[in-house]
Amino acid sequence: MAITSIKNLKEFSTNNDRFEGAHLLCPGCAHSMIVRELMNCTDDNLVIASNTGCLEVSTAVYPYTSWDTSWIHIGFENAATAASCAEAMYKARKKKGTLPDADAPVKFVAFGGDGSTYDIGFQWLSGAMERGHDFTYICLDNENYANTGGQRSSATPVGAHTSTAQAGSHSYGKKQKKKDMVAIMAAHGAPYVAQLAPNKWKSMAKGFQKALETEGPCFINTVSACTTEWKFDPKDTIHITDLATDSLMFPVYEIIDGHELNILYRPKNIIKVEDYLGSQGRYRHLFKPQNKHIIERIQKDIDEKWALLQRREEARI
Amino acid sequence: MSKGLEGNDNRGARELGAEEKVGWDEVTQGVVLHSFVGESKNAAFLKPEERVYNDFNSYTATVASWRIIKPIYNRDICIDCQNCWVWCPDTSIISRDKQMLGIDYDHCKGCGVCVEVCPTNPKSLLMFNEAADNDAELENWPVKEKKAK
Repeated sequence: MAITSIKNLKEFSTNNDRFEGAHLLCPGCAHSMIVRELMNCTDDNLVIASNTGCLEVSTAVYPYTSWDTSWIHIGFENAATAASCAEAMYKARKKKGTLPDADAPVKFVAFGGDGSTYDIGFQWLSGAMERGHDFTYICLDNENYANTGGQRSSATPVGAHTSTAQAGSHSYGKKQKKKDMVAIMAAHGAPYVAQLAPNKWKSMAKGFQKALETEGPCFINTVSACTTEWKFDPKDTIHITDLATDSLMFPVYEIIDGHELNILYRPKNIIKVEDYLGSQGRYRHLFKPQNKHIIERIQKDIDEKWALLQRREEARI
Repeated sequence: MSKGLEGNDNRGARELGAEEKVGWDEVTQGVVLHSFVGESKNAAFLKPEERVYNDFNSYTATVASWRIIKPIYNRDICIDCQNCWVWCPDTSIISRDKQMLGIDYDHCKGCGVCVEVCPTNPKSLLMFNEAADNDAELENWPVKEKKAK
């Protein structure tokens, strides 16, 4: 297994990028930071499946491709299906001895947005997890259908303004809670499940390497700040992600074998969720006097979730 | 499409969308695009200048026209921390052998993330107007700010 060194950034930077520039993602999009990090943290051959979403439409605009590895585009719900079938075919051909280069290590990765992971591709992802293929599914969670104009998805948190859950005089944005996908995937008995953030590059690279090394289906939920739909300045992508992890809106943790929970990043100073909400245009309406109770509700949810994670880490359940 | 461009010469050679447009029902379905000329090898062991890019690779295209502000890099202050390399969304920080060499202006979209994550004082990367002259701005680089006590 050729895993590249991530001891420090200087050593990490000696890797040769396999994700090319001139893709059409928005300036400052966190998707490409996450994809680059995944492709840099290993030297193995990669077979990547992407379903429809920002990443797919922007990196494979005919007649161009931004991928220097094998890459498959498939329908909205089928990233996990494509990756798991490619893996099954690889195993079968290896058994029959019909592979041209049988000794070369290959890793199978599927990329999906939150729309395709939480909503549309959920059934297929669940199926692939249950069948136990050796692949890694990475969800690029930007909390809405950013590719089609920012509709709500089941990853959109409470109170966020989206184009189908609009904030106004009678509404404060989305009313429902965000689905806890990491817990759902852990409940499938997946050997490695994690929630990672691109601003903590080291824990992210470590998590990716662990997922690629682990045999069996692994799921990683990554926070991908969306400049267009979260409404912030492109240069602030990393700053917003910092606020997200420091306010514990996105705690960074992993679950091994469905029960062994490790918190990978503990903020020294836990900031109030107002700082995170106030940094983005999609939460602007929450600061009106009639919506104050929503912020309190979000803060309460975060505190409860953090307490639960800490107790789970301590009790190893 | 022009053929015969090899290696690094074809970086950013073409403007995106400059090709003749065809209707949605005229596009070939189920296309395979080859990233490299000839037999595909694992690109992880090849530096970008050692690869032979195909015309289908977006490396041969440019998005420079998206930019209204551009980063300018000051080698004298840089400490090679590689923060800009790890967080650049457009693979536009040219980094070889643990050293930061410069910015790939053919693929940079001018988002400014590299400037925000630069830890030096003064910053070794700053954003300027796209029309600014690199050498002139490097001469007028801001000096170190003293910490307010």
